[in-house]
Amino acid sequence: MNRLRFWCLTPAGALLGGLFLIPLGIIFAYSLLTRGPYGGVFSPLTWENYSRLADPLYAAILWRSLLYAVIVTAICLMLGFPLALFIARAGRRRNLYLSLVMVPFWSSFLVRTYAWMFLLRDTGLINSALLAAGVIREPLTLLYTPFAVILGLVYGYLPFMVLPVFATLERLDKSLIEASADLGATPGATLLHVIVPLSKPGILAGSILVFISSLGAYLTPDLLGGGKTIMIGNLVQNQFTTARDWPFGAALSLILMLVVMGLLVPLQRRGSEGLL
Amino acid sequence: MDDAVLELSRISKHYPGHRAVDNLSLRVPRGALFTLVGPSGCGKTTTLRLIAGFEEPTSGELLLNGSRMEHLRPYERNLSTVFQNYALFPHLTVRGNIEFGLLRRGDRQMAEPVRKVLDLLRIAGKESRYPHQLSGGERQRVALARSLVLAPEVLLLDEPLSALDPQLRKQVRAELRSIQRNVGITFLMVTHDQEEALSLSDHIAVMNGGRLEQTGAPQEIYLRPATRFVAGFLGAINWMEDIGVRPESTRVSTGPAPPEARSRRATVRSATFLGKCYHVEVSFDGGAIAVCEVPRDSHMVSPGQDVHLWWRAEDEMQFPAASQ
Amino acid sequence: MKNSRWLSVYAVAAYAFLHLPLVVLAVFSFNSSRFTQWEGFSLTWYKAAFADTQLAEATGNSLLIALAATLLATAVGTLGAYGLWKRNSPWITTSLYLSLVTPEIVMGISLLALYQWIFRYLAIRLGMHTVILAHVMFCTAYVVTVVSARLRAFDASLEEAAMDLGATEWQAFLRVTLPQLAPAVASAALLVFITSFDDYVITSLVAGVDSETLPMVIYAMARKGFNPSVNAISTLIVVALGGLILVSSRLERNEAER
Repeated sequence: MNRLRFWCLTPAGALLGGLFLIPLGIIFAYSLLTRGPYGGVFSPLTWENYSRLADPLYAAILWRSLLYAVIVTAICLMLGFPLALFIARAGRRRNLYLSLVMVPFWSSFLVRTYAWMFLLRDTGLINSALLAAGVIREPLTLLYTPFAVILGLVYGYLPFMVLPVFATLERLDKSLIEASADLGATPGATLLHVIVPLSKPGILAGSILVFISSLGAYLTPDLLGGGKTIMIGNLVQNQFTTARDWPFGAALSLILMLVVMGLLVPLQRRGSEGLL
Repeated sequence: MDDAVLELSRISKHYPGHRAVDNLSLRVPRGALFTLVGPSGCGKTTTLRLIAGFEEPTSGELLLNGSRMEHLRPYERNLSTVFQNYALFPHLTVRGNIEFGLLRRGDRQMAEPVRKVLDLLRIAGKESRYPHQLSGGERQRVALARSLVLAPEVLLLDEPLSALDPQLRKQVRAELRSIQRNVGITFLMVTHDQEEALSLSDHIAVMNGGRLEQTGAPQEIYLRPATRFVAGFLGAINWMEDIGVRPESTRVSTGPAPPEARSRRATVRSATFLGKCYHVEVSFDGGAIAVCEVPRDSHMVSPGQDVHLWWRAEDEMQFPAASQ
Repeated sequence: MKNSRWLSVYAVAAYAFLHLPLVVLAVFSFNSSRFTQWEGFSLTWYKAAFADTQLAEATGNSLLIALAATLLATAVGTLGAYGLWKRNSPWITTSLYLSLVTPEIVMGISLLALYQWIFRYLAIRLGMHTVILAHVMFCTAYVVTVVSARLRAFDASLEEAAMDLGATEWQAFLRVTLPQLAPAVASAALLVFITSFDDYVITSLVAGVDSETLPMVIYAMARKGFNPSVNAISTLIVVALGGLILVSSRLERNEAER
């Protein structure tokens, strides 16, 4: 029995070890090294890559990433909770409504981001329509703004909130809701005092997933944000490509990983519900 | 039965292709322990849910203290339900569960009523536990406390004893009765267990197939059932043509039966020792079978023996042919 | 519990938010004008997209990569899920879990760093193989998750019965367990195909000159400025991947109903 299990786990273990854990180890090592004159990495060991994070230029980017991630998580919660509630109460049509959330979610992140470029650009559909209707005379600057980035992130990660919240709401014992009404609670009071507290595990899971995804986002700020709304992900990419400062990029990546792992602890304790 | 706290008038609940409750009329006297009993699927739980307001009746009227209430939402009805699975809020402590209804009402003075109900149900000291930290019996007490603290006009209980283990059930049964006397609140209970119904209630309503079969005091219903269904549902019965006699009223004797008794000749098929008595099964010439409970100290019979089966005329139950 | 009216109205708005951008994109891919004003139905941009040799080559690369990644990740992930079902391994479970939530950019640059380090010692370069390996890596966790969910509902006594009747462990797995897992495996394979086909961030970091994928070309076109051909090719991608995801969710649902 153990031999079969060994052969089953070996490919997965080798893959994770060789292509996930070792690369992370390399990044950790790089983050402690010094940048070479033409890129590349050299000894001596140094903490300088981490202390550079305090540089106001980089601190502003880290701060902005955190702020955007918090805002996006809050908006996703406000938009996603009622949608999850709607799906959970839809009876036999649940599966249909759930698919309606999942299908755009799975069908190409790049295209979904591009769709917002198409809508938001100066000559995009929103501006054309507003100009044609005479509401505005000059096109509004929508693309390459913080607004566009937050909108794109909310659009991209809303299903991460809907799914886990739906999963807890679906499992909610109906008699608890009846009991609440029976004890005199109006629908609003039942929502506030029974449904929301009991869906906390889903809300927590969804919030962490949205937060992690937003914090590490690269494509959305890259395509919708332009140069002024760079987030950590873009800074990392920049260090590994144009700036050729791998040690600093590695330090940034590691910080990002630490935040992600720190947030995962409460999530894993409760099981990985609705992760997919 | 003049002072009815709750009245159901020609209530029906129809689902597509199924009449869960059909033209049901009931009067629940104030202060009584009233039990709805019937086999599973007879509509008793639906009736309870209609009264609580979780379901809307297809037609008919519901009156609480003489006022119509079928249009009221559950949270607007001064009734409270003890759920079969208790439905305690898992995120709230015992105290949180008990205070839940008072808070929704906006009551400020909660300490006194909560303390009283904790004492009444002997759960004082467990206020800060969560439901999963309680035993089955304690959960049931909390569910009762949570409802009783609101002093509802009627307390609705859905199979309140079914989630308890049999040992505990008899003890809680007696306690439920004494709590009801103590608080004086009308209890409307639903059960499928006829013994439970008979031992607890002031009044019983027997339901079958969404309809009411009979209402009355336990003795009345047990001894004078209006229909064959009621007679059979409340206890075992020996049918001799259109006459029914309960096993405990049926005697066997090896000699002739007493002159004033009704009797028939029969042959013993088996005698089984049950502890408190013998369970004797006899058959008639026609092949029909009857059972009787014979006291331990009486003369023992053995299989194959010819005996007289006898009973008193006043223990006979007769049903018109139509009641079948 | 029925839905109240305001909640239903809200849901309509939420679904509009989720779907309208894609619907608008699809509608305007049929616009005869290159500007965002409707001037009539036309297939111009589809013809232009199909005539584009760069797009055709990138599509070929993407399909090849996605197929290879699907085969490998599905095999590794299914075996892995089975092994973990036999007895959990906290190390592998935690790593898989972590790989699911690691930001793509971090995974991309760490793979790039690994490749560059290996290239110091071996005479190979970035190309299709590096992209395929990267995709297998980040897709395996999806397969393990989906197949594990099915295994949780699988009755272990079926395997014991098979072995009791003389099957070896491998035969029990291949003849009894695997057929039971087939719908979940197929559903996972579709998810892997979609994820691999659509990936841009990791792919762009580990791709070589000869392995440009469709998302990379679309990204470049989108950055360059407005080009209605992108609308056309995007519409095709959404329809194709949306169809696959529907098939995948149908597979899972049929399974749930069994």
